[in-house]
Amino acid sequence: MTTLRDAVAGVEDPELRVVTIEDLGILRDVTVDGDRATVTITPTYSGCPAMDVIRADIAAAARRAGYEAEVRTVLSPAWSTDRITESGRAKLAAAGIAPPGPVLLAISPRCPHCGSPDTQQLSRFGSTACKSLWRCRACAEPFDAVKPL
Amino acid sequence: MTTFDQVLGLGDDALVAAQRLAQWCARAPELEEDVALANIALDQLGVARLLLTYAGELEGAGRDEDALAYLRTDREFRNVLLVELPDRDYAVLMAKLLFLSAFQRLRYESLAAGDDERLAGIAAKAVKESAYHLDHSALWTVRLGDGTELSHARMQDAVDEVWPYTHELVAEAPSLRPAWLSTVDDVLTGATLTRPADAWQPGGGRDGRHTEALSYLLAEMQVLHRAHPGARW
Repeated sequence: MTTLRDAVAGVEDPELRVVTIEDLGILRDVTVDGDRATVTITPTYSGCPAMDVIRADIAAAARRAGYEAEVRTVLSPAWSTDRITESGRAKLAAAGIAPPGPVLLAISPRCPHCGSPDTQQLSRFGSTACKSLWRCRACAEPFDAVKPL
Repeated sequence: MTTFDQVLGLGDDALVAAQRLAQWCARAPELEEDVALANIALDQLGVARLLLTYAGELEGAGRDEDALAYLRTDREFRNVLLVELPDRDYAVLMAKLLFLSAFQRLRYESLAAGDDERLAGIAAKAVKESAYHLDHSALWTVRLGDGTELSHARMQDAVDEVWPYTHELVAEAPSLRPAWLSTVDDVLTGATLTRPADAWQPGGGRDGRHTEALSYLLAEMQVLHRAHPGARW
């Protein structure tokens, strides 16, 4: 049987479709009271434009599981890339997006294509608020990396 | 006790900075910079939305973030003059962002440790983003200042032009001035630039007395909402 928690946890991030909101550490809490549910999430970046879509997707997933969900947003404690789960990191890497290193260690990401640590940052900002643009010196492929935050 | 005016000032700084940054979209010196400036604008806008929403609740008059952003006149805006100045040169934009983000980082850091939990939550989130903005503007300031003769001259011009307006920005929290000055000095030194002498100190933004530039900025930002009040996507 699928619980509401499982249904909600399976909602994909609209900008990084290979990972779920649970993988990213955006999902904070799910509580149920009868057929009503409260889902608590936290944004990655203050201005993350994906939040509206994520809220709508959560409400839809809850409805499919038979619940009317209210989606609440909390800011504290602030989200950090350290909250991305191990399976989330593996899925990002498999999709060619370098997962972030620990926030306190400013190390360059390994190339998600060939695994080389010899990588170079091309731009500190990438296609979404949470990513930067890199190039691998070993295999010459460009790639996105999730910025430590 | 946090007041409506305090939060409004912080929110308006972020909102007007976001609008100025967004005006560079598709006009930046290189594609990566287009993306970077749009991202920084988005961060500022995100913080502005959280702050204006909170300000509206503190006021208790039923104004939400949209009412505050789109339905106030220039005299009702509480941002410092620095953020509204027009960016006649890319170097001016970078000088403004350097001074602003160096201050925002310190200000958010102190608010994150403050008594107001709501504000602390917003600030704790924003401070991490400010660190990226500071990093980015510092890199460009050094690249231009310590670059060619022409880029050095233009970066120094920009710093000279903007410097008087930093007094109003930092006056908000005088205890942060030494730390702010030390951050800014490090960058300027690394960029082989000279910190201008303190002389003229224009102000008035926090009381709603703005430069002409803000009116044009607001006209562009508010026109759609004012033409179609209450319209939704």
